[in-house]
Amino acid sequence: MNVLDIIGPIMIGPSSSHTAGAVRLGLVARKILGEEPKQAVIELSGSFARTYRGHGTDKALLAGIMGLQPDDERIRCSPQLAQERGLVFSFQEKEIPDAHPNTACIHLIGAQGQETTMVGASTGGGNILVTEIDQMKVSFSAQHNTLLALHWDRPGTVAAVSNYMARAHINIATFQLSRAKKGGLAIMTLEVDGEVPDEILEHLKAFDNFIAIRLIRAA
Amino acid sequence: MLEYTSVAALCQAAEEEGTRLSVLVLADQAEELEVSQEVLYGRMEKNLQVMRQAILAGTMPDTKSVSGLTGGDAFRMKRYAQTGGITGGFLNRSIARALAVSEYNAAMGKVVASPTAGSCGILPGTVVSLLEEGRCTQQEAVMALFTAGAIGMVIANQASIAGAQGGCQAECGSASAMAAAAVVELCGGTPTQAAQACAMAIKNQLGLVCDPVAGLVEIPCIKRNVSGVTIAFSAAEMALAGIESKIPVDECIQAMKSVGDSMCSALKETALGGLATTPTGLQYAKLVYDKNL
Repeated sequence: MNVLDIIGPIMIGPSSSHTAGAVRLGLVARKILGEEPKQAVIELSGSFARTYRGHGTDKALLAGIMGLQPDDERIRCSPQLAQERGLVFSFQEKEIPDAHPNTACIHLIGAQGQETTMVGASTGGGNILVTEIDQMKVSFSAQHNTLLALHWDRPGTVAAVSNYMARAHINIATFQLSRAKKGGLAIMTLEVDGEVPDEILEHLKAFDNFIAIRLIRAA
Repeated sequence: MLEYTSVAALCQAAEEEGTRLSVLVLADQAEELEVSQEVLYGRMEKNLQVMRQAILAGTMPDTKSVSGLTGGDAFRMKRYAQTGGITGGFLNRSIARALAVSEYNAAMGKVVASPTAGSCGILPGTVVSLLEEGRCTQQEAVMALFTAGAIGMVIANQASIAGAQGGCQAECGSASAMAAAAVVELCGGTPTQAAQACAMAIKNQLGLVCDPVAGLVEIPCIKRNVSGVTIAFSAAEMALAGIESKIPVDECIQAMKSVGDSMCSALKETALGGLATTPTGLQYAKLVYDKNL
């Protein structure tokens, strides 16, 4: 914590959890998709479902999905902005069992046909926790630089990544592995210290069994 | 490096250096954030600018929250303040500024969470008021925000600044304590007096519950920003008069923590108690949920 966490951040109101945190959830979902979203279906659970219009949670999520930051005054009119950009969106109220009270499930389809479904919660003070990507369990707050690697569940894949990171002198702070089923889709989540240069991302993309790599930069 | 675990220790460090608390905090935090003091000062100056813009925007007569439940009171208060009111133009204009920023927040305006969005009107209502009324320079006002921030860090470390954890005393109470210390510094008081003002502001909001109607940051949050401002000013006035808190500041913060811990969850931002569950509060909630606005 530093003095700018207390006097700050600059944000669009009214709520750090229901507005600023919601923008951040949208931003992370956009980043995971990895291209310009063209369709968004957003499910809201718990307190998000009950109070989203009064808190502007819907506008905030949509703004994040379009790449707007939490202090962008266009958040207020994000539905119009989405129309202008040709982003088709809908909101549904749907209880997600055992989820944090401020949870959203964001399903995105991109211009090139990429598709992703992310579940995440706004945990207070503008902080978030992403809990699920494409029905696979994850857990990251996007406070560290976070590498997500979608891959096929094959022997040696984790070792190849950790060896490569060691050679590149990038320290792994946390590591998590999750898979849909044996031999099927799997996802690695690596929270790392320091910067991850673009060329490292390019190298990783070329790994055997890798489907997609995303870097969520700390924010 | 400074430790933000005791207000008394921070103020004593400033007394020993013969300087204002803000000067120590700026130097320390520049080191912490690995930026120059000029860069960090510039970021804080930007916060002050956003506060001033929010006051202007939120005072417009057509300010309306997203739910439609609140808005327009800052305009009414500013108009009334021209009469001088009972306690004078300065205090009434300060109240108008706190209302303006809080109402603007509810209207999805751009604000500085200080320490939270729900309590974002209190530093503008105090620090910016002294600036707008010619009682300090812009540079002094920016520096005072560092003093306020230091107090907020101690409270966040030792108690809480989240309504969901500590009730409204943790949000508006913390903001008021931060503001009280900043006001003392801006009015020429010593760091020790700033600590005294901080203690008195906390004591006067101890036990304040977080009971938002319909779960929205509007009723009663907006008006509690006003009480945060008046308590900050009265605490600062007492401290500048040489009055001391009989309970030391850090013990007041501990008391805030223990009171927050013993508060039941119905009174901590869940909208399940207090004003939120009064017949009228429930009616507003029904109005909000039924049309889901």
